[in-house]
Amino acid sequence: MASHHILSVLVENRAGVLARVAGLFSQRGYNIYSLAVAPTDDDRFSRITIVVDVESSPLEQITKQLFKLVNVVKITELHPDESVERELMLLTIKAEPGARGQIMELVQVFEGRIVGVGHDQVTVMLAGTPAKLDDFEELLRPYGIDELQRTGRVALPKLERQAPKLRTVKGKVS
Amino acid sequence: MKLTGAQALIKSLEMEKVEVMFGLPGGAILPVYDPIIDSSIRHILVRHEQGAGHMAEGYAHATGRPGVAIVTSGPAATNIVTPLCDAYLDSIPFVCITGQVPYGSIGTDAFQECDTTGITRSVTKHNWLVSKAEDIPLIVREAFHLATTGRPGPVLIDLPKDISNQTMEWYWPTDADVAADLPGYKPNTKGHPKMIQEAAKLIAKAKQPVIYAGGGILKARAAEALRQLVELTGIPVVTTLMARGAFPDSHELCLGMPGMHGNYTAVTAMQRADLLIALGSRFDDRVTGKVGGFAPDAKIIHVDIDPAELGKVRRPDVPIVGDCRLVIEEMVKAVNDTGGSESQADRSAWITQIREWQKDFPLTYDRSGDDGSLKPQMVIETLRDATPDDTVVVSGVGQHQMWTSQYWKVEHPYTWVNSGGLGTMGFAVPAAIGAKVGRPDRMVWAVDGDGCFQMTAQELVTASSERIPVKIAILNNAYLGMVRQWQEMFYEERYSEVYLSPDLPDYVKWAEAMGCVGLRVEHPEEVQPAIDKANSINDRPVVIDFRTDSREKVYPMVPAGASNDEIVVDPSQGEGGR
Ligand SMILES: Cc1ncc(C[n+]2csc(CCOP(=O)(O)OP(=O)(O)O)c2C)c(N)n1
Ligand SMILES: [Mg+2]
Repeated sequence: MASHHILSVLVENRAGVLARVAGLFSQRGYNIYSLAVAPTDDDRFSRITIVVDVESSPLEQITKQLFKLVNVVKITELHPDESVERELMLLTIKAEPGARGQIMELVQVFEGRIVGVGHDQVTVMLAGTPAKLDDFEELLRPYGIDELQRTGRVALPKLERQAPKLRTVKGKVS
Repeated sequence: MKLTGAQALIKSLEMEKVEVMFGLPGGAILPVYDPIIDSSIRHILVRHEQGAGHMAEGYAHATGRPGVAIVTSGPAATNIVTPLCDAYLDSIPFVCITGQVPYGSIGTDAFQECDTTGITRSVTKHNWLVSKAEDIPLIVREAFHLATTGRPGPVLIDLPKDISNQTMEWYWPTDADVAADLPGYKPNTKGHPKMIQEAAKLIAKAKQPVIYAGGGILKARAAEALRQLVELTGIPVVTTLMARGAFPDSHELCLGMPGMHGNYTAVTAMQRADLLIALGSRFDDRVTGKVGGFAPDAKIIHVDIDPAELGKVRRPDVPIVGDCRLVIEEMVKAVNDTGGSESQADRSAWITQIREWQKDFPLTYDRSGDDGSLKPQMVIETLRDATPDDTVVVSGVGQHQMWTSQYWKVEHPYTWVNSGGLGTMGFAVPAAIGAKVGRPDRMVWAVDGDGCFQMTAQELVTASSERIPVKIAILNNAYLGMVRQWQEMFYEERYSEVYLSPDLPDYVKWAEAMGCVGLRVEHPEEVQPAIDKANSINDRPVVIDFRTDSREKVYPMVPAGASNDEIVVDPSQGEGGR
């Protein structure tokens, strides 16, 4: 995980932009580890969260080359220690009547949700840090995973947690 | 005013002051060809779309203005991919317009459909698939803006046929409209003042500095600024293949071309430098040789408008993002502010050393004429001396290209046109035509290889019918000479698929069939008269078939993958190297 970097790329929300971004990675010989895309609150823009698998010096090249794409507006590199990362997982698992209770318990402990129930299967949703999803998957594996889908991670910078500064009042008093 | 999309496109090109475009019509672009009849823009009908692309490039090289090509969909679009890639690697401003199948048919494998924006995505600075006629003026303005600002390059507009036929209300977008529609495009042109100060300090202290001038100097129209910097500091200059002419070869501080076939002094001065001032150059592998062994003791000042070039190959000590002209002008000021030429370190030993290299290892070839063979270098020297010094010389790709770059004396910016980054055989003939269209006042000579000539010679039909009097010197060595040289040197003379024959085709007859004057030169004494004759013809293209010595090799040479210290000089000069 040491050489994973998260790039949060703000792009124009236009046709073909994802292809340009993804194409640039293959064209320059870089690897995308995971990728998530969605419009932002301002629907002129989308945010692409890309986890890349590199040492730091090619990362500088990736960022610079990405920034040359005309539709790329802003790039932020998110350091894992200074960002919140979340990922969502959907997972359909074998749940014979005997195992069902244990599975529900695990889902509760992990603060997941059952989103679908069949005769002998359940579909579970879990959102959390990538590591938490890994753990959950590990614990459920013995019951028999039928299908699994993860979204790739999204991330935002962590808010500073310094004590709030007392504002000094400056300027004219009217 | 209501216009069709096609009319809006042509009007937009007129608004951009386009004077000429190179193209060939077909189904999907038909609607656009109709308003061309009524337009002030000259259209030059090519014989192959690759020719249109290289003509647009040649025009841009020679004039600094963006070249424009217009072709139809499918096979025409794929035919122009090579020039787009060529322009991408050499940062040539080039606006390419392609027809596309009707918008609603896209994705159905319609007749002559291809995913043009997909195919050209990695070889353009940007491209557009037009989805409504009202976008056309804005897209055209953006296309010219992107092609010509920042790091210049090719752009492509893919225009579906039904959109050419739609009507729209004419408008012309403002600068603000363009800026608002390109929120992610803000090239940085002004160098950071602190970095420029740092650069001036390094320059003043350097005992063995070299200015490593690249094509960016020409793109930024910075040749005059460069001359001021050189004259102020007394620092010698190498001009890369893309920068030939950015600094005059006749200047005593011009060391000529560095790199794989650069001259010994240019290559070695860079190797021994304590400071390289890279101006609009990009540490290309053909210049650096083995990167780990390149200029090992040099500090680096690197100026480029493209931030991605800084640190891509070699980490600079002083990186400066900015337009070469603006940055060099500021550098000149910074040097002046810190004492000017008086404050520069003593470089007399360095210059003496350089003069010694120049004396010991000049460019050379067998001039004796003992075996009566025609030496390609001699042809180029004769041509150089028989033409005005503002002649535009265009070359193909191969041995003849390297000899031309080595032996031509390039005295003025924009008089050297060639395919550097992509190394595109077939570039010379159409690029020369484009250059002549842009600079009808200049004599334009192409020096081409026999292999290259056969790739795009048909454009001489275009030149004849459009009365574009270019002159072509084919250095006909009957071989894909550059490949032959590698097979001779590195594959134990096992020649594999490099023989072409000197007289199949018959170049003279071929030239005549294309409406040109064709001449043949087999012996050294015929060279001068043939060139004089060619120079006297101004109403049609001329082709001279020079039957040159196929054994001749390009020296010096840094073998691929070797360090520049392992430079191999002409055998008559001994081992060379360190
Ligand atoms: C389109 C293309 N195909 C192949 C090559 C590889 N190549 C580089 S130089 C060369 C030989 C060129 O032959 P010619 O035009 O006769 O020039 P010469 O080297 O003999 O002067 C070849 C095949 C290339 N650069 N471009
Ligand atoms: Mg040849």
